[in-house]
Amino acid sequence: MAIELKMPALSPTMEEGTLAKWLVKEGDTVQSGDLLAEIETDKATMEFEAVDEGVIAKILVAEGTDGVKVGTVIAMIASEDEDADAVKAPAAKAQQAPAKESASAAAAAPAAAASTPAATAAPVSADGERIKISPLARRLAAEQGLDVSKLTGTGPGGRIVKADLAGAASAAVAAPQVAATPATNAAPAAAATPFQTDIPHSAEKLSNMRKTIARRLTEAKQSIPHIYLTVDIQLDKLLKLRGDLNKALEPQGVKLSVNDLLIKALAKALVQVPNCNVSFAGDQLIRYARADISVAVSIPGGLITPIVADAGNKSISAIATEIKELAARAKDGKLQPHEYQGGTASLSNMGMFGITQFDAVINPPQAMIMAIGAGAQRPWIVDGALGIATVMSATGSFDHRAIDGADGAQLMQAFKNIIENPLGLVA
Amino acid sequence: MADTNYDVIVLGSGPGGYVAAIRSAQLGLKTAIVERENLGGICLNWGCIPTKALLRSAEIFHYMQHAKDYGLAAQNITADLDAVVKRSRGVAKQLNQGVTHLMKKNKITVHMGDGKLVAAGKLEVTGEKGVETLTAKHIIVATGARARDLPFAPADGKRIWTYRHAMTPSEMPKKLLVIGSGAIGIEFASFYNDMGADVTVVEMLDRVVPVEDADISTFLEKALKKQGMKILTGAGVEELKASANGVSAKIKTKDGKVEASEFTHAIVAIGIVPNTENIGLETLKVETTKGHINTDPYCRTNVKGLWAIGDVTAPPWLAHKASHEGVIAAEAIAKELGHKDAHPHPMDAQNIPGCTYCHPQIASVGLTEAKAKEAGHEVRVGNFPFIGNGKAIALGEAEGFIKTVFDAKSGELLGAHMVGAEVTEMIQGFTIGKTAELVEEDFMHTVFAHPTMSEAIHESVLSAYGRALHI
Repeated sequence: MAIELKMPALSPTMEEGTLAKWLVKEGDTVQSGDLLAEIETDKATMEFEAVDEGVIAKILVAEGTDGVKVGTVIAMIASEDEDADAVKAPAAKAQQAPAKESASAAAAAPAAAASTPAATAAPVSADGERIKISPLARRLAAEQGLDVSKLTGTGPGGRIVKADLAGAASAAVAAPQVAATPATNAAPAAAATPFQTDIPHSAEKLSNMRKTIARRLTEAKQSIPHIYLTVDIQLDKLLKLRGDLNKALEPQGVKLSVNDLLIKALAKALVQVPNCNVSFAGDQLIRYARADISVAVSIPGGLITPIVADAGNKSISAIATEIKELAARAKDGKLQPHEYQGGTASLSNMGMFGITQFDAVINPPQAMIMAIGAGAQRPWIVDGALGIATVMSATGSFDHRAIDGADGAQLMQAFKNIIENPLGLVA
Repeated sequence: MADTNYDVIVLGSGPGGYVAAIRSAQLGLKTAIVERENLGGICLNWGCIPTKALLRSAEIFHYMQHAKDYGLAAQNITADLDAVVKRSRGVAKQLNQGVTHLMKKNKITVHMGDGKLVAAGKLEVTGEKGVETLTAKHIIVATGARARDLPFAPADGKRIWTYRHAMTPSEMPKKLLVIGSGAIGIEFASFYNDMGADVTVVEMLDRVVPVEDADISTFLEKALKKQGMKILTGAGVEELKASANGVSAKIKTKDGKVEASEFTHAIVAIGIVPNTENIGLETLKVETTKGHINTDPYCRTNVKGLWAIGDVTAPPWLAHKASHEGVIAAEAIAKELGHKDAHPHPMDAQNIPGCTYCHPQIASVGLTEAKAKEAGHEVRVGNFPFIGNGKAIALGEAEGFIKTVFDAKSGELLGAHMVGAEVTEMIQGFTIGKTAELVEEDFMHTVFAHPTMSEAIHESVLSAYGRALHI
């Protein structure tokens, strides 16, 4: 039997994606675990691995095709004892012609195959193992857009059952990209009438990432009542500590940035003021037991927020190493969904551009984001006398539905105290 | 002196208790069981099993009377009630000895006597040999329940019976009043009707077997009436007086009229009362609801180390629910005691099937159509009558149907309801499916053997999606 290779759902929200590049060609023999293709989702480019082994009999969706719906058959794999040439594609008529992956045949196939329900595909975990899940749980998870590979099964032999989804549905709030936004109010920029102007211009098709950014930021600003609280924070002690630490760490080849220290400071502040480490989830408030910090990283064509999980309990050098590695892979578009989905609060730093202060947009369903301005020497009262100190402005944006002003102020105060008395960061 | 310190003590040896004890012993726990009367409890001594033996006799009697329908002849067919009862008692005795053997085989210590909790982990047993104090890390209460009496006419065993008297009747009732049309009431009504008695059933609610799907009730009522039974729904017994020759009853009918009628006997089957008295629940401040002990899905009570299973807890009050809870409790206890291979699973009442052995039989699992809608489900309903099933026709049992209720969106099987011959043996198909969380597709993709009555299971599912083949 030929195996249908279907467009995978590489993230919980993924409905369609771009088949960026085929890494195999027709006639290639593949083993389980071989890389088959690169697929661009709304967030990142991901590698699609083979689960079955066999020979690539037909490639049905040409590379560069975008808007390929999840579940669409993109290729056929012949099992080893089967004649690869004899394998028929599922879209019968389109394939009658001996399609040498002609563009027309390739285009026709996904359209025909798209009508087969994606839900029937047996779910597979990242490492290619079959996920044990009851038929009902599988269907309900697909309906609710839950990523079954992240669920813990309580049924026989760890099987995921319906009851396990109930827990996940509330926990899913922790995975921001499962946001409740229905596709209908997506991308408000997608206006029905084409844009017209006399000004010389070029029109560029929006990337999936750009569409997602547009949708999520619009959603955040429209649905979340933001409040903004700003404090000025003296940095001298923190800078000195950083210098000392870097000297000590030099033999290990680790260099800490100010940002690494700020990530830890924010996590510690959130643990101290748990009222700010929350998510507003309709009729309930989710309180997180640890602080996972999403760090805004600018990448070509947009922005992504890799996460430092449980940053309050990690050493600064561990945070530094992790962020460096995450940022590098983010810039290559190679982050795995779990590395950028989740997080309990965000940190955005524009100090390196000389921005003194700004108000950031909350990354839902998180309820706070900390915007860091540039540290600069300013006139400062030190011990009752006018002196000079290195000072930065930090502005917290808070979801006012979940967080009261006084709680937000407490968090800002805690953040300031930690930075101004930074030895606590290494304790 | 014998060592009376155990890992687990089970109080009560009914289908819940003895199974809990066996499972505990299997998991390597030092186990004792306390019983005041018969090992095996009501179920196999006075309940499920002996009634099935009685009903089997009635069924064969019924077939003999209808031998002509099958091209056979039988003359002078008579029923010997004493012999029928004797057979039933023989069956009960055989099984009682079976339980004794199982206790021995699993090295479970049996303490005969009345058990009473005196403190957490401490049980006093008063038996023939005097008072014995047992201690255990965990105690499982499995004391069961008994028949509820009419407040104004307690059963006397002569004219007014509970199920227990009805099982060992001293004489064949000529004109029988059955009060209550739940599983027990309707089974005895069916038995005595088949055996030739003139039976009247009084049900307070507006339909017989009121916990079942309304379509099942309607069908059963018609079938029973066709067999000559008199059925009064929406009616209540206002007065019941026993005399030397019979019972006189005043029955308030649906239209509010009170009618006086005479019967030779009456069976009271209006529900059960949990056996929670004098077992020390008050001492430990065990929480109850309407007398039944509150438990979590793993059978824990509010008191640490105290567990409860079966009829003494929340409904449904069925032997197989008790047994299953016995297994869950034993595994949960073993887990608490650090056993690595114990994987208790929580009880889900939606997956407990119910069977009533009247004639025709009824069996069901999950939600009725009305309850499913009440719970907010958009439903797809399937229905397949046995008249469309070849095997049923060949057996001369084409009466009845299978109804399925699915969630329209997810394809979840919410409930299945059956009435007809042997449906109590067929409900497991649906129960397995529900427990494994199969959806309609899985049932559709299953190959059903031909010719079997079970094919109607397939057809009923197909019917819910407009795809039934033989109708």
